[in-house]
Amino acid sequence: MKVSQAFKLAIRSILGSKLRSFLTMLGMIIGVGSVISLVGLMQGVTNYIISTFDDLGTNMITVGITNTDTRKVDVDDMYAFVKENNSLFQGVSPKISTRYTIKNGSTSMTTTVNGVGEDYLRINNLELSSGRFIQYADIKNRYNGCVIGSYIVEELFEGKVSVGDTLKINGQVYEIVGIQEEESDSEEHSTDDIIYIPYTNAARLSGSADISSYVIAAHNADIVEQGEAVLDTYLYDILKNEDLYNISSMTILLETITTMTSMLSSILGGIAGISLLVAGIGIMNIMLVSVVERTKEIGIRKAIGAKKRDIMSQFVIEAALISCLGGMLGIIFGSILTRILGNAFGIEAAPSANTVLMAFGISAAIGIGFGYMPANKAAKLNPIDALRSE
Amino acid sequence: MDNTKGAGFLEVENVKDNGIPLIQLIDIHKIYQMGDSEVRANDGINLTINEGEFVAIVGKSGSGKSTIMNIIGALDTPTSGQYILKGEDVSRMKGDALAEVRNRLIGFIFQQYNLLSKQNLIENVELPLLYAGVSKKQRRKLAMEALRKVGLEDKWRNYPNQLSGGQQQRGAVARALAGNPSLILADEPTGALDSKTSSELLNFLKQLNQNGNTIVLITHDRYVAEQANRVVGLHDGKIIFDQSVEEYRKQVKA
Repeated sequence: MKVSQAFKLAIRSILGSKLRSFLTMLGMIIGVGSVISLVGLMQGVTNYIISTFDDLGTNMITVGITNTDTRKVDVDDMYAFVKENNSLFQGVSPKISTRYTIKNGSTSMTTTVNGVGEDYLRINNLELSSGRFIQYADIKNRYNGCVIGSYIVEELFEGKVSVGDTLKINGQVYEIVGIQEEESDSEEHSTDDIIYIPYTNAARLSGSADISSYVIAAHNADIVEQGEAVLDTYLYDILKNEDLYNISSMTILLETITTMTSMLSSILGGIAGISLLVAGIGIMNIMLVSVVERTKEIGIRKAIGAKKRDIMSQFVIEAALISCLGGMLGIIFGSILTRILGNAFGIEAAPSANTVLMAFGISAAIGIGFGYMPANKAAKLNPIDALRSE
Repeated sequence: MDNTKGAGFLEVENVKDNGIPLIQLIDIHKIYQMGDSEVRANDGINLTINEGEFVAIVGKSGSGKSTIMNIIGALDTPTSGQYILKGEDVSRMKGDALAEVRNRLIGFIFQQYNLLSKQNLIENVELPLLYAGVSKKQRRKLAMEALRKVGLEDKWRNYPNQLSGGQQQRGAVARALAGNPSLILADEPTGALDSKTSSELLNFLKQLNQNGNTIVLITHDRYVAEQANRVVGLHDGKIIFDQSVEEYRKQVKA
């Protein structure tokens, strides 16, 4: 008997008892649906976390250097290094971060003052609402110009400030050359609670001649690790001591998060997978009942010349078909559920093609695996006994 | 009976010239183990049936006629002895080989018709052809032909429960005929039919026999047995008579 014929028989048998077939499939539908939606949701959560971290600068490498009398890495060295490795890095900026008291007339407050280079704006994807950023000339001339964040605008100037106004940083008068676009709702200690000045000025303000800290931007987060390695080699060659510098980035954090979320999705997928197993047992149970119910039919078929494999394929294909149909409905159900839950949680969750394929493969395998035993039982029936049964 | 055995052997001698007999049962024993005791359902049966014969095997329940039917039908194999069906030794075959023999050589007619209720008539008739691997088109053609022979060609779409008992049994006959088997084996074919449809069916079987089909009919009913040309009587697993229908009628009267 051909396989197509066995399919036809199986379809007819499934349609012949619709309610029972559906109830048998239900386990499969729920199992596959939950695997798909849980894994899809976890994927969504992971993507959400990663994109959140991306905004914080996952492509950034922070370098701290302690220069000694004999071994030194200065600003020019760092710029030269980054230029040499421009396949990895898109830019570098010194970063001297200190908290100072700033004043506008009689109003005063404390904020973070970052001494940075002219590329800082670009490599951090910052934007200005008016004016300009710190420029090379400012740095070279140690010009007292600054760029202020929106929190400063609100707190120190009550919103009324424009490019060309002045303020005092640690007692020195600075001209406001630019205003940064609001980044994080103008809150205290946020990225809006900030002032940028030329790093040369910042070095002088802090009273140290050396620049000890830099941020280097890689082209993307994926090559950060490679960039770190190159940087490490470079710094070690000059400083000859690992304690004199440190390199850090968010990649390790990111990796940890990815590992954790993928572990979580495996666990959730596994738990959902248990329901697939239960569904498989359900199918086996129904198929066993079906074999008993159809003993007479099997007897007739055998008497008329059905071979073992004819009976076998009839039942295995029926089980596999129920399972696959359930699997397909489960995929649809799971996909819809993923989107609904994703919307409810505000996550962009979509079932992955891999999960869908895997779920379908597993459901087919379960159908065949759990259908085998009942089918084998049917195939082994003695035709005389089977014919005699009612 | 001595002369039965003799006649059987004689026939074997005779047919050697013009080919082998269809059925040769040689010293068939079928022994069931029931706890400590053994039941000899068939106890040394020798029987030869040639092509074109219409043989009734009669006996009361427990006579061993069902057992011999299972063996002749290749549904079961003897404990000892030889069963040669159309030159093939069936007695040592197993599972799928027996299934193939049944499919190729035997058409069954059962007491309870045994049509598959979820398939319509033509699909039922096609069933042996399906397992024989006949193409769909050819299946339909042969099945339709078989239905025409039994006069049910206009009912081919009907499901068994839409047919009368007689029609169902004729459908079963069509199924038995579809694969053009060498032997039609009917097990109490009229057992579930009223007397009118019974005699119709028996007439039909007779007609089939006249057209050259070999028929073996198992029954406990004297009247049914009288429709055959040759009657073999079984008792306690042994053949107690093997005679022409005329002799049988005489014996019954006496």
